Amino acid sequence: MPQQQVVIIGAGHGGFQLAASLRQHGFDGRIALLTDEPVLPYQRPPLSKDYLDGKIGFDLLLMRPEAFYRDHGIDLMQGARAEEIDRAGKTVHLASGVRLSYDHLVLATGARNRVPPLPGIELDGVCYLRTLGETHELRDRLAAAKHCVVIGAGFIGLEFAAVARTHGKPVHILELTDRVMGRVVCVETSQFFAEAHRRAGVEFSFGAQAVRIAGQNGRIDHLELADGRNIPADLVLVSIGVVPNGELAAAAGLAVQNGIVVDDELKTADPAISAIGDCASFPSVHAGGNMTRLEAVQNAADHARTVADRITGKPHPYTALPWFWSEQGPLRLQIAGLTTGHNRTVVRGDLDAGEFSVFCYRGETLLGIESVNRPADHAHARRILAAGRQVTPAQAADESFDLRAAASARPA
Amino acid sequence: MPRVTYIDTDGKETMLDIAVGTSVMQAAVYNGVDGIVAECGGSCMCATCHVYVQEDQLARTPPMQPDEDAMLEGTASPRKPNSRLSCQLVVSPDMDGLVVHLPETQT
Repeated sequence: MPQQQVVIIGAGHGGFQLAASLRQHGFDGRIALLTDEPVLPYQRPPLSKDYLDGKIGFDLLLMRPEAFYRDHGIDLMQGARAEEIDRAGKTVHLASGVRLSYDHLVLATGARNRVPPLPGIELDGVCYLRTLGETHELRDRLAAAKHCVVIGAGFIGLEFAAVARTHGKPVHILELTDRVMGRVVCVETSQFFAEAHRRAGVEFSFGAQAVRIAGQNGRIDHLELADGRNIPADLVLVSIGVVPNGELAAAAGLAVQNGIVVDDELKTADPAISAIGDCASFPSVHAGGNMTRLEAVQNAADHARTVADRITGKPHPYTALPWFWSEQGPLRLQIAGLTTGHNRTVVRGDLDAGEFSVFCYRGETLLGIESVNRPADHAHARRILAAGRQVTPAQAADESFDLRAAASARPA
Repeated sequence: MPRVTYIDTDGKETMLDIAVGTSVMQAAVYNGVDGIVAECGGSCMCATCHVYVQEDQLARTPPMQPDEDAMLEGTASPRKPNSRLSCQLVVSPDMDGLVVHLPETQT
């Protein structure tokens, strides 16, 4: 049998993990790992935290040192941009003219920043925080900034705000909706975080829509809001979410709907092509089988392991429990499960002391648990949810109820 | 530099000389020791850098903080009295000769 060739487009957490897992499982074919960035694959979560803060250097961001790729026979192609997939010929065409043939093609293309159609968005001083290059620019500008404005109060915007405040920079966050992290956390957690950031000196404007970024001599001067206010700014971080990179798949005739559409084994309609990580829309058993797209290290890495298992002859559906984390100043937020669609919450612990978990239910069904500075709850939550066990609302509210025992109980 | 030995479940040993101040996890990842996943990059968030420290050497490792103790509840392989998260094992001169055993699985 001729040597199998796997081509992986994208070397973020998913793409990297797939290459590593294939070798761990003894895959002895060729692996081409493509990244359009000019650097070795690196971890993204610290970009908005310790790396932005200057606490760690680039060597600690690396997934692995350069020798790892050589030693494991992984053909890491840096600065490589895929332009077209020829499904009939099972070939990927690169911008450089190189053509790579594949037996398995895995799209790990990730997502890109959502850019609002605002006049002035091209001005000097408008920043993003997703790639290493963007982080370097943001870090340089933060050092000199006098008025930081953040558009969008999600994880990235809030993590940036926490770092900026520790450097004594004024931060004003504009959020279109009425609360922070509204897409991912419940009202209680949201309110707690907004209040904590306020106490740290962050100013919030909710229901605030920027209509123009006004500049002078090509530099930002202020933001104009729909309500007529002008907000002074010399640094604007745009953090209003991402757009999945599905163009390559769509151009090849594959379905793309809020991400590249895949089945429960992460295959597209073309069984030789899979999609993993932030760019993939998959049916999640943790969302009642609904099509789901997640932006998370856990999801990318576990997707990668699932595809590596399939390529090495052990196919199975993707069922891993989703979990997420965010670090904002002294606050550690850990989420287990998908809480979308919850209609009932139970707080366990002490909201005022900043150590609590919120159990999110739909009716009587536990969907997920958000923990703030309660890592033990999170560890138990992951085991409880992964095993499909339930904790009733009454049990959740009862601090004497033993979560640890519930997490380690044998299935009935 | 203090030397740390990693032993996987097949008995394979990897010895690394680790700069003081670097964690046992960071050194493993940087040197491509299979068996340490470290999904969260060392933030004590994921429990995928689990190791078993050789019992008679536990006293030479940094004391366990509450966050680590909590996250050890969620390891994929069984927690034992000598379980630690290697991202929290920052190497000191006292730890020269440390031996850690890698668990069956991290995920």
